[in-house]
Amino acid sequence: MAEKRWKVMPPQALSFPQGLCGVMVLHFSVCMHSMFEPLNLSTTIMATFFGEVLSVYSRAVEEDDDELDENEEDEQIRRELEEKREVHLHWSPEVSESLKSGNKLQCSNFVLAVGQNASSFLSVHILSTANWDTIGRASAWNERSRAVTGQSCEESACVFYRHKDNPTVLICQVSCYVAEDQLFQWTEKVFDCLQHRELNVTVLSDTSVADYKTADYLGGSSAPFLRSLHTSAFGDQPVCQSLEQPNIVTGLPAAVLNHCQVHRIAAVVYQCYSDVIGPDSVTMETYKPVLTKLGRSIQLDLSPSTDALRKFVRTTDLQSNLYI
Amino acid sequence: MFISSQSSAPSFRDFTLVMPAVAVGNVGQLAVDLIVSTLNMSRVGHIHTDCLIPMAGNDPYASSKEDGEELHTPAEVYAAAELKLAVLQIRAPILQSKTKKFRQLLVSWIKSSGFSRTVVLSSSHAYQRDDQQLQGTPLRYLVTPSLLKGSADALKELGWREMERVPAFPGLTDGNTEPRLCIPGGGITKGLYTDSCKEDLPLAVLLVFCSEGDNIPDAFALANHLNDWLHLLDDNSKQPNKWKIPTSWSLLFGNGIPPALF
Repeated sequence: MAEKRWKVMPPQALSFPQGLCGVMVLHFSVCMHSMFEPLNLSTTIMATFFGEVLSVYSRAVEEDDDELDENEEDEQIRRELEEKREVHLHWSPEVSESLKSGNKLQCSNFVLAVGQNASSFLSVHILSTANWDTIGRASAWNERSRAVTGQSCEESACVFYRHKDNPTVLICQVSCYVAEDQLFQWTEKVFDCLQHRELNVTVLSDTSVADYKTADYLGGSSAPFLRSLHTSAFGDQPVCQSLEQPNIVTGLPAAVLNHCQVHRIAAVVYQCYSDVIGPDSVTMETYKPVLTKLGRSIQLDLSPSTDALRKFVRTTDLQSNLYI
Repeated sequence: MFISSQSSAPSFRDFTLVMPAVAVGNVGQLAVDLIVSTLNMSRVGHIHTDCLIPMAGNDPYASSKEDGEELHTPAEVYAAAELKLAVLQIRAPILQSKTKKFRQLLVSWIKSSGFSRTVVLSSSHAYQRDDQQLQGTPLRYLVTPSLLKGSADALKELGWREMERVPAFPGLTDGNTEPRLCIPGGGITKGLYTDSCKEDLPLAVLLVFCSEGDNIPDAFALANHLNDWLHLLDDNSKQPNKWKIPTSWSLLFGNGIPPALF
């Protein structure tokens, strides 16, 4: 029998325009499913009275129905979508020339900043010394990418910099969202361009204090704070306390740690738990102890001007109308 | 792909592999946690693949804070050579679009490693049982023809219940439709079982019907069920709780209570 029933399923993640408080906008992707399954309208998004949108994680697992023969059109759509979601690296002509001839990027220190605070921290304290060349960027299209005419935000969302005097120091700022299915690929592609010998990887990553699990009650004064997680090959002493059980790291920092662990590369992740949404100077200050380690190979601006800080912090002021 | 965490690649020849299926209530994963933690198994390698969502953390089985600083990844292999036992733990969900690829990866790894048998610990939605499944124990098993050859007597002795095949169209009496295997909420369980039948792999599935919530009791039930067959723990220890709960199970239901509440 060829009866099929339409089943409405939520996509893996949904994007919400900022400032759309308390209004639920749900895009549903519709897919074919076998009959005799209850019509299942499970939403993975929940809105609270305060307007924040929380994603609710369900542990239920769909039975995979791959005995259901996919028709050619379905397959083609799937293939095209997969192609569109591929991660692309765009290097400067000089770098891509050298990569093409088989020479990987010589790199002793790779600093990766994931999130707005971590990225702004690097901009203020390190990149402001003006000794940096932009050598490339990575782009990854996904459901949270916004279509902007001209220069899309994606183009400036993941940029690689190289130190002018010491070209073995690389910095990457990631402020865009890399989807779950793109994390592995992003890491493979980026690390494929780097020389692995004597490589040290430092990842600064923003996260919300709501994701931090502890038996003690966290008072208002405790956040922001820093926790570290490192691979077995990392021989140094981290600058802060290690991440306690049962906390875990997810996203790009986790993908980088996994890659470095299995390839025996020294890597450390500094995860900053903050109670402020959006960039703020107090959260950025939390990363300062990391500078003492980085300072050996990178020239730093330890006391940036308030103007420089203001430039990065101010941008979110206008966008939130949550507490008007 | 399997990547050894030691200098030399471990040998799994004639080992029994126990692995979870990421399924409803994460029962299989919890049961595997109990086995690794109780038997104090050592990590021998990682399964590094793009099919799993990346995550990382410190040692989930650490007994003290000092020895806990060791990075652990989404899929790892543990071994106890004296028991000829290997355990694969999967800690992250499988990407929806890559379940087939992940199954193929597992089957080819199981084949090339030379495991004598594989046991998949899994679960299925309790609410989708039919009338016959509602009665009696919630535990079920499935074995591939290849494993049945050697273990038929042992399974008979245990008196376990096999997972029932359900009619494709309940209520309709149509002689042409064969009853089919249905494991709702079981993730890759069914696919892995049918793949193993095709590939002539000796594989068993042990599953429990459950609903999402506090699934720790289900995990104990499944681990005990497995122990009845494989005798991983001494039978002498008749304590009600012989399994050791790992430290990573703390705070499963959220953070501590704010003192200002009282």
